Amino acid sequence: MRNLIYLLFISLLSVSSTQLMASSKMHLEPVEIDLSDKASLQRGAKTFVNYCLSCHAASFMRYNRMAKDLGLTDKQVAENLMFASDKVGDTMTIAMRPADAKKWFGVIPPDLSVISRARGADWLNTYLRTFYLDEERAIGTNNLAFKDVGMPHVLWQQQGYLENEHGHLATATKGVDSDYNQTVADLVNFLAYIGEPSKIQRLALGKWVLLYLFLLFLVVYPMKKAFWKDIH
Amino acid sequence: MFSSLMGWVDARFPATKMWEDHLSKYYAPKNFNFWYFFGSLAMLVLVLQIVTGIFLTMNYKPDAALAFASVEYIMRDVNWGWLIRYLHSTGASAFFIVIYLHMFRGILYGSYKKPRELVWIFGMCLYMALMAEAFMGYLLPWGQMSFWGAQVIINLFGSVPFIGPDIALWIRGDFVVADATLNRFFAFHVIAVPLVILGLVVAHIIALHEVGSNNPDGVEIKKNKDKNGIPLDGIPFHPYYSVKDIVGVVVFLFIFALIIFYAPEFGGWFLEKDNFIPADALKTPEHIVPLWYFTPFYAILRAVPSVAGSAFAGVAAMGAAQVFLFLLPWLDRSPVKSTRYRGPIWKIALTLFIISFIVLGYLGTQPSADTTLLVNNTILARIFSVIYFAFFILMPFYTSIDKDKAVPDRVTMK
Repeated sequence: MRNLIYLLFISLLSVSSTQLMASSKMHLEPVEIDLSDKASLQRGAKTFVNYCLSCHAASFMRYNRMAKDLGLTDKQVAENLMFASDKVGDTMTIAMRPADAKKWFGVIPPDLSVISRARGADWLNTYLRTFYLDEERAIGTNNLAFKDVGMPHVLWQQQGYLENEHGHLATATKGVDSDYNQTVADLVNFLAYIGEPSKIQRLALGKWVLLYLFLLFLVVYPMKKAFWKDIH
Repeated sequence: MFSSLMGWVDARFPATKMWEDHLSKYYAPKNFNFWYFFGSLAMLVLVLQIVTGIFLTMNYKPDAALAFASVEYIMRDVNWGWLIRYLHSTGASAFFIVIYLHMFRGILYGSYKKPRELVWIFGMCLYMALMAEAFMGYLLPWGQMSFWGAQVIINLFGSVPFIGPDIALWIRGDFVVADATLNRFFAFHVIAVPLVILGLVVAHIIALHEVGSNNPDGVEIKKNKDKNGIPLDGIPFHPYYSVKDIVGVVVFLFIFALIIFYAPEFGGWFLEKDNFIPADALKTPEHIVPLWYFTPFYAILRAVPSVAGSAFAGVAAMGAAQVFLFLLPWLDRSPVKSTRYRGPIWKIALTLFIISFIVLGYLGTQPSADTTLLVNNTILARIFSVIYFAFFILMPFYTSIDKDKAVPDRVTMK
């Protein structure tokens, strides 16, 4: 028996596996997500509908849901934030056909409804801040967080163009909006919101449920004690 | 009035008899400790999964083109849909946490030993059914991990010599995981497997109540009865353990609610990030990880080197890892049940086993060639797989030579 174990042990150890995976984990710029900051969400929504919502859809997100959660009226949303639909109960879809998108960008721009849950807010924050000029690419830019991404630097007017100097982005060539990082933070906050709109209710309800269970504990624990007082 | 009504019922259906046999006159040892909460909690989570599952099916669409969007529809547009969905998805992980603790209790106090072998076997069958249930349920959101996880696991069947590829094809119903697979997994997940689970739960409890519950001392309370035939160390399950279990339920729900309301993804452990990307047959995720409750066995699978280009050896090892659990009642030769009165070798072996299970569980979530832990993860997984199997294979020997202590006649209230 011992020999058998020994054999098993040796056979397991002897076969080497050396395919090392080169997963370079890049440093992500942290961003604070605050769904109670309505002003930030509204600014993010504005950037989103103006710059993202023509190639990217957010087809699980309804305009009127957004209106309610962001503290806006349906009318305000319809007048200021709705360019791609005409009914406030619609979801955020786009007119671009997938086949055209494939032809123009090489890939179909992903739906952004739950992108914040797939990528994480910090990654999105980093991604949107690390576009740089790259002559090798047909679209003229590349990205540190997402190498050879098909998306051009859509927010270049806000950030200006950055150069990549050995992995460090520096020297904006055009005038930079000093608020760019804030613009991105607001946009990411908004993306986090559309990733899970019910998070607002979830967080609001949670403390009451916990309070209820705590109070219930104060009842059931003495009850158990009372029933068990004779058991030794 | 009530008693005459009950008399009418009892003449036709053994309602009072069942109530007495299983609750008010089912005598359980009075010394149950913390570890004895998890049986009733498993029942609670089962009911929770069934009820939330029923409500989810009302809006979920088992169709490859609609499934992902229908889950998001539930999360956004269905009233309380987000809560129902999180209860169900977190409930799946909670189920396994509770079951693993329940199984550990069984090993800790020798609850699988004579005369409770069938209780253990039914329990193991339940565990198998639960794994099938979880695996098929995980395909339903139709995200990247749903898809690729299913693809990987079904391909394991493909490694069986000769008939493997045909079996894999038969399970999938297509050449890749596709709409046909989603539909049949839905059918199994909502009807077939739950029926099996419910049947097994009944068998598990009937077998348990036939032989009576074990306890932390591993003493048979039926050996010491009073003149009425009631075990001296036994107390009626109801009301004593019903009121006690309610406390356990409230504490459990508190922790459960904390996760549901404040961390439903649990940092990617209960809901994986990649599962928020719709399934794409053309894009393989960087590394495919099953959910945490499968990872100990996944680590064993990956630890075994392929033989002649076939992963079958690994699949067989993974299967063996489960089969050994079934065999526990016969591998353990010690006359003593509870770890409290067992010798040092058993205590060391059990500790090593638990460590190996947890480490394997961790390794299963990591890339196999990763060297963060100083040694290549595959090497580590091999070492801990050997420990895992050694616990079972060597058990007949070390349990026979171990220096067990004297077991008291009556239960203690430690």
